[in-house]
Amino acid sequence: MSAATGNGMDNQRSIVNRLSAEDVTLAYDQRVIAEHLSVQIPDHSFTVIVGPNACGKSTLLRALSRMLRPSQGRVLLDGEVIQSMPAKQVARTLGLLPQSSIAPDGITVADLVGRGRYPHQGLLRQWSAEDERVVRESMRQTGVAELADRYVDELSGGQRQRVWIAMALAQQTPLLLLDEPTTYLDIQHQIDVLDLCADLHEEQGRTLVAVLHDLNHAARYATHLIALRDGRVIAEGAPKDIVTAELVEEVFGLRCQVIDDPETGTPLVVPAARTARARVAADKAS
Amino acid sequence: MKSNRAVRTPGGLSVRVDVRTLIVVVLLLLVALAASVVLIGTGDFPIPAGDVLKTLFGGGDPGQGFIVRELRLPRVLVGLLVGASLGLGGALFQAISRNPLGSPDVLGLGQGATAGALIMIVLFSGSTAQVTFGALVGGLVTGLGIYVLAWKRGVHGYRLVLVGIGVSAIVTAVNGYLMTRADIVDASRAVVWMTGSLNGRDWAQVWPLLILCAVLVPLCLANGRGLRMLEMGDDISYALGVRVERVRMLLLVAAVLLTASATAAAGPVAFVALTAPQLARRLTRAPGPNLLPSLCMGAALLVTADWISQRTFGADQLPVGVVTGVLGGVYLLWLLVTERKAGRI
Repeated sequence: MSAATGNGMDNQRSIVNRLSAEDVTLAYDQRVIAEHLSVQIPDHSFTVIVGPNACGKSTLLRALSRMLRPSQGRVLLDGEVIQSMPAKQVARTLGLLPQSSIAPDGITVADLVGRGRYPHQGLLRQWSAEDERVVRESMRQTGVAELADRYVDELSGGQRQRVWIAMALAQQTPLLLLDEPTTYLDIQHQIDVLDLCADLHEEQGRTLVAVLHDLNHAARYATHLIALRDGRVIAEGAPKDIVTAELVEEVFGLRCQVIDDPETGTPLVVPAARTARARVAADKAS
Repeated sequence: MKSNRAVRTPGGLSVRVDVRTLIVVVLLLLVALAASVVLIGTGDFPIPAGDVLKTLFGGGDPGQGFIVRELRLPRVLVGLLVGASLGLGGALFQAISRNPLGSPDVLGLGQGATAGALIMIVLFSGSTAQVTFGALVGGLVTGLGIYVLAWKRGVHGYRLVLVGIGVSAIVTAVNGYLMTRADIVDASRAVVWMTGSLNGRDWAQVWPLLILCAVLVPLCLANGRGLRMLEMGDDISYALGVRVERVRMLLLVAAVLLTASATAAAGPVAFVALTAPQLARRLTRAPGPNLLPSLCMGAALLVTADWISQRTFGADQLPVGVVTGVLGGVYLLWLLVTERKAGRI
């Protein structure tokens, strides 16, 4: 990983970006979420997008994965406008794990993971030996191999999330986008899923982009952080370079201290005590 | 991957086969064919199954040959094709709406076809061919209307079902009005049509259905893999490279064509489209839309129901729609009771 600094121009020159959004305007019908937004995803990074609720982070992820067509500007994948590329070709390069997915009734773990092979298959190429090998390997990497013949609806939340990640892995894409992969999981399973993501990034050199709610998780695991507010990038770069008390206040409107994480040395955000925050509010008012 | 097997050729081609599904399909086909042979032999002039087979393969005596080939075979073929179309159409609708109640009966396609038929019967005293045409147009227009009304950046399950129920209510009211306008002869003709019947069907009805099925069935099966991905939600289907709207649009049009033409040929035969996919799924125990098993189940169900109605009440006494309605209603109640026990409703 080369130095991903907060300087946007340096970023563009020194790092090749397979995936980027150029000057995009994102809107649902009339409701504009972001205007003139530009983002580059550095190759081989573990990029995490953070920001307050409704800042447009999931919307940005949807645009990067061509679920949402920008009303202006363009999203580029390997130098091509993503919408103009064949659907299956994109699906072999870029995977997405959305927030909500429905496990079909009565499907087994192995079957669900196998569905990740869809973009590599065709009408007369339905289940190659390679498909079988990749599915087995994906289940091994995510630790769900023993569950292969179990029904997905019998599993716990943490196991189920691992199965969905295994499905995305079976897609064998160099780029993988995850929309809040830790939501609804307890703390142990959150860390578990993030460790798995870190492994995928470090050991396999995949580029990961995740939307996370927890700023401390983001600071600990990300190699590249993008902080969004009201559809604008407030800061981007390595967490230790950009996460400061001022930034947290600007992005989230929260007074806090930033200290070194005693375990990893990454920034750790500690919200100011309630009384301290009340005092500041009173000072401002007077 | 318990019952899944992959068949591979040295050239790198591979086909995935679910052994249990394959067995279910073969058994259902056998049931449908056996029921067809027995049905051909049933009537005022009974013919033993052995003679029926002999006649079908070109042998037998000329008198039996006429009854089998000109009178009873086309009726059975219409039954098989209508059942198959309704089974497949129902499976498509349920998979697209992601709802076991999202079948054409509930969505108002049957009522739409009925409206078309009633307009021809009541307002124009039309011929059988005109009534068939009216039903076809009525079904297609209703299908198109539901699609347009349900469209909001793509078609979504709940919207489709709710819009369908609303359209169904409106069209039912129109049908009620048309019936009050009818004189007694037209009204009784309309009631028979509305129950769904295979009486008096001949080769003229077989050919259009056969051609339509020959085109649409392979098309639907070829798109079945994309439909299987749609089960998991639109987002993940996009992520896997399925052209979601295209697949959905194509299959919805095919499903409307299949059900509208089946309804035009035999009237709105109740509940086959609703029950066939559910029964098939319970037999195969396979996730996914189960298109081929539903198709075979529909054909087997309709021909068997026709045989039951002729056997119990005598030839041409009871329209087949009454039997499928009773069977379907009982099945639906059983489904609701078991789902409630499972805590899902």
